[in-house]
Amino acid sequence: MLEINFGPQHPSTHGVFRMTVQLEGEKICGLKPVFGYLHRNHEQIAENLPYAAIMTYTDRLDYVNALSNNFGYALTVEKLAGLEVPERAQYIRIIMAELARIVNHIAVIGFMLNDLGAFFTPLLYAFRERERILDLFEAVTGSRLMNNYFCFSGVKRDLTDANLAVIKKMILKFPAFLEEFEALLTKNEILCMRCQNIGILSGETATNAGITGPVLRASGVNYDIRKVDRYGIYDRFDFKIPLGQKGDVYDRFYVRVLEIRESLKILDQALTQIPQGEIINKKSLSILKMPRNFKPPVGEAYGRVESPKGELGFYVVSDGTPQPWRYHVRAPSLINLTVLEEMCLGQKIADAIIILGSIDIVLGETDR
Amino acid sequence: MTITIPPTIRGIEFSADMLFVTAKAWILTLLGRFLPDWLIVLASITISGVVILCLGPLIMMYLTLLERKLIGRIQNRYGPNRVGKWGLLQPIADGIKMFTKEDIVPAKADKVVHLLAPIAIVVPALMIFLVVPFGERMTAVNLNIGLLYFIAVSSITILPIFMGSWASRNKYSLLGGMRTAAQMISYEIPMTLAVVPVIMMSQSLSTNTIVLTQEGSYDMNWFIFTPWGIVGFVIFFLCATAECNRPPFDLPEAESELVAGFHTEYSGMKFALFYMAEYMNAFTLCGIAVTLFLGGWQGPFFPSWLWFSGKTFVLICVMIWFRGTFPRFRVDHLMGFAWKFLLPLTLINILLTALWQFTSNLAAWLWSILILGVSLWTLVKLNRTFVPEKRHYLLES
Repeated sequence: MLEINFGPQHPSTHGVFRMTVQLEGEKICGLKPVFGYLHRNHEQIAENLPYAAIMTYTDRLDYVNALSNNFGYALTVEKLAGLEVPERAQYIRIIMAELARIVNHIAVIGFMLNDLGAFFTPLLYAFRERERILDLFEAVTGSRLMNNYFCFSGVKRDLTDANLAVIKKMILKFPAFLEEFEALLTKNEILCMRCQNIGILSGETATNAGITGPVLRASGVNYDIRKVDRYGIYDRFDFKIPLGQKGDVYDRFYVRVLEIRESLKILDQALTQIPQGEIINKKSLSILKMPRNFKPPVGEAYGRVESPKGELGFYVVSDGTPQPWRYHVRAPSLINLTVLEEMCLGQKIADAIIILGSIDIVLGETDR
Repeated sequence: MTITIPPTIRGIEFSADMLFVTAKAWILTLLGRFLPDWLIVLASITISGVVILCLGPLIMMYLTLLERKLIGRIQNRYGPNRVGKWGLLQPIADGIKMFTKEDIVPAKADKVVHLLAPIAIVVPALMIFLVVPFGERMTAVNLNIGLLYFIAVSSITILPIFMGSWASRNKYSLLGGMRTAAQMISYEIPMTLAVVPVIMMSQSLSTNTIVLTQEGSYDMNWFIFTPWGIVGFVIFFLCATAECNRPPFDLPEAESELVAGFHTEYSGMKFALFYMAEYMNAFTLCGIAVTLFLGGWQGPFFPSWLWFSGKTFVLICVMIWFRGTFPRFRVDHLMGFAWKFLLPLTLINILLTALWQFTSNLAAWLWSILILGVSLWTLVKLNRTFVPEKRHYLLES
């Protein structure tokens, strides 16, 4: 029996994650995830900041798609303080969140192929597409990753017609790239051999463990917060939820590809429907200018969004002061990691790496 | 003891084909004015030796550049282009960097073995250069057991790798070393057996003679233009890729699993030596593949050394192409492929060659394709434990 620490410094643990693996030859007979290397006191810091300032910190949770985090936190505080969001801002939010989902899924699939040992080629092709979206983010929000774009009852900057045209062009070009990428998934026999029937997670286990997001849907459970809660204006769009059959690594790959397609559909509809109007509620402008004067009424709120990784929830308790009394993040990466051992037992080391990759964790969110 | 002066010294008329041979002869005749005969023999050996010792590292340096450039293009980027024109001085910059890096030895490592491993791995890599025929009359040592020598020396490479992995006292290294031992020994066998048909047909173990038997009209009577030659070449090339641990068979240093495999604990020049050995092995294995199946230096119009280096270059580019495109195999799949698929196929190939020696006409082509086709089909049917599933995904609202 050989015990190996994979991480915290390891090329493919996607950050400073560590797993203690017991090996028998190449077979895994025990695995223990160890978190906390990137703990930055996120929740405690947030409890000492005015509500509007926390928005900046939420970017650092899941740093691959900051916009989803922004969305979740904005929703929660709006629920807490009962703020209204103007129509155009609602659409802009959906557009940006769906773009962030595409960015995330593309990066994940690229990194997973890298974990499989394809020497950076698919990853770089994925990143080429991701780059286009990041350029747009930069043009709109001023930043590529740490967007800090949402604010309570609106967004900070408007999407200009030029930006919308760029997005429209991107949507038109994207399916061609996806088809190319899908061919890589379906037609490469080494890849199929490595991914199919590896790391199977049954729907039942997934539900019991509280798994959410593409990992859950790959196991065949139809649960998507965008459909369940219909937060924002998701009820106005026509899109489907792709479901996997076996819950193996391959399904998790593929469900993500299909989700990108659905996101493109949503984007297409949003772009045609988007109305003119204001992007932030006039009443809430004061929160941006004088954040310490914003005191939500005493109470609590839980807001959740379907982040690309799963159910991202924010729980905020207000005691009538400018800071939240309690602020908690339900991080999908952390909760999805809990089934890692069950998926890895009896598999080879090489499989453990891709199983971890298929869960799609971001340590900023896991350790907070 | 009588010393025979090598025939190369006697006047050879100049031609592009004999460029290097003439150059050497010219130097030797120049030296002959001052030196006694026995020293000239020594000088002849020294010249070949020095050329090979310089050629090995030089080839390695520019192979790394070629690989980075080519992979860059495959991946839709430029590759190194800052140091010198087209990045041509990049390998030198890399070398300086490697030399100036700190040499870290783990506290609990077996220091002697840890030091010896990178030195020992370069030796067999350089030794194989001896029997590679770079062109007509350009084999450093025309051993009459050249091929046997190659097989023997190339299999030594396993030992230094295992030495390095064991001495590092690192679990990643150890796993990498175990994988190496398993993989290289397994792939050694089909590789050796894939060579047997060539020996049968050329009736010689000398690399020079093997190339000479592939002469024919327009110098195009290469072994690859026969059914057994194609099969042998493909098997040999796959095994060669596995032998020098290149993707998709790069399990010993699988960077996404084992960090860097057997050379995780090596830094600075020691690491560079491992790297050097790997690239020199890639070159010599491609060179041997060219010698055995692609007619070595044989080819019309161009000088022999150009033909040889051209063919080797193409094979190396194929290896780099593999690296740029394939995901990695898993350990069990890798072993299964060697033992269950390649090994039986080589045995069938040997039988086929024996039959081919008696009849080689159009009919022979037909039945050999038939035999190979049937055996390939059966092997695939028997071995394919995995069939990619076609999956249909539900889209629910």
